[in-house]
Amino acid sequence: MSAPLLDLRVSDKHYDTRTILERLTLSIERGEIVSLVGPSGCGKSTLLRILAGLDRDFNGEILIDGKPQQGPSSRIGVIFQEPRLLPWLSVADNVAFPAGPRRGGDPRVSELLAEVGLAEARAYLPKQLSGGMAQRVAIARGLFSEPDLLLLDEPFSAVDAMTRMRLQDLLLSLVRSHGTAALLVTHDLDEALYLSDRVLLMTPSGKTGAGRIVREIEVSVERPRDRRDVLLARLRGELLEGLGAVAA
Amino acid sequence: MNRPALRANVMSSDESLALPGQLSAEEKTARSPLQPWRIAGLLLPFAFLGLMELLVRTHVVPEHLVPAPSSIVETLWQLGGDRLARHIGASSLRVFAGFVIGAVVAIFFGAAMGLSRRLDALLDPSFQALRAIPSLAWVPVLLLWMGIDEAPKITLIAIGAFFPVHLSVVAGIRGVDRKLIELGEVNRLSQRALFTRILLPASLPHIFTGLRTGLSLAWMFMVAAELIAATRGLGYLLSDGRETGRPDLVFGAILLLALLGKLSDSVLKAIETRVLSWRDTRTGNSR
Repeated sequence: MSAPLLDLRVSDKHYDTRTILERLTLSIERGEIVSLVGPSGCGKSTLLRILAGLDRDFNGEILIDGKPQQGPSSRIGVIFQEPRLLPWLSVADNVAFPAGPRRGGDPRVSELLAEVGLAEARAYLPKQLSGGMAQRVAIARGLFSEPDLLLLDEPFSAVDAMTRMRLQDLLLSLVRSHGTAALLVTHDLDEALYLSDRVLLMTPSGKTGAGRIVREIEVSVERPRDRRDVLLARLRGELLEGLGAVAA
Repeated sequence: MNRPALRANVMSSDESLALPGQLSAEEKTARSPLQPWRIAGLLLPFAFLGLMELLVRTHVVPEHLVPAPSSIVETLWQLGGDRLARHIGASSLRVFAGFVIGAVVAIFFGAAMGLSRRLDALLDPSFQALRAIPSLAWVPVLLLWMGIDEAPKITLIAIGAFFPVHLSVVAGIRGVDRKLIELGEVNRLSQRALFTRILLPASLPHIFTGLRTGLSLAWMFMVAAELIAATRGLGYLLSDGRETGRPDLVFGAILLLALLGKLSDSVLKAIETRVLSWRDTRTGNSR
């Protein structure tokens, strides 16, 4: 069997004397959508930062296609909690940011903007966008360099519920049409279950309280999914149980 | 199931793309209520001059202390367009040259110190000490080193412009949002690309504030430079008026300095507004 797209092994990760992550492994296959849920402070975001190459101070290794990776990789795209658009660049130049300065004329920009439903907005400045529009631009930018894996850190937590559902559907159709794998960190269990092939529950555990993946749930519900699907509700219950076990 | 209904509902909440239209309408309404205040702001100094005229004419204020604005204007008129233009031209050229040199050197040092903590730790104490030296203290030193030509004058003005710009560049680069820097990191920008594509544009608002402060200091240092060993310029006019006991000449020079300072700042401010049009600042406040 060939190596998975991503293989992560963290033996431990410390901040000062505090252990954040311990004995953690994670692998993602091509095109797979995986969610990481868990209580605040369990190390989800730290894990994502390690994968993004922003945090290199840990013991362990990241393998992409079986090859060790140090620092940020061109094969991994990142979508942050906030859009993080550069306010002095137009929407088009922001989308093409990975290509270089002022590359908004790239034909791929038009394609991606059309895909996220913002074809009309290419010349706008970020200050003219609403929160949901800005996050759509950020998604287009994340996909611009055609990464094999997209990391998303609570990407829809700052938008209203309606926009969130639309963005979820948009993300789903995009990653599936581009064949991109995605690792999504979220607080929202429904979001995790609606989007993912697999949901990982991460909690602080053991004597040190370091984050570990304690439960893994396969979501084998056919797409398109109904947000009120009975099986999703049952899995939600299972996740809550896992979270409750931590709280107790 | 009623999933289609839900979807329709979702679609109807689509954020409208008509946002820019709304924006420009907002800008229009935001501009008009401020307009009378802007005009009043420009008229205020003239109203003050008018008041002074009245007070001097009615002998409330003695004329040997404050000449009437009309006699100041008359004095300037008598100097003649040619001589006036020579004085103004000489001073403006010195300020321009000194400001450009000072600002360019300041941006260079500021960028280096903003990017490297080590360099900052090394150079900052010296720069802060140099900054504390008053403009007049430089004059004899520069005269000694450079003679009485244009060089010491332009150098002094450059020193005046240097420090505010330098300070603003360092502060601007230090103040750039870490989140934007991380965006550069995940896109694997080189140090140089990180500087030109993220750090520099993000610190431009700071830098412009420093440039405007630097420009006003350049005008002040220009007067100090021309107080000694000059035969032309507004600073010379000022000291000439003082030595020959002509307050009208002194006040004339002061008026011209105020006017030129305001004009050059307006030019810089217009450039700032243009360059920084992307800033998401409040415009719609009429209070």
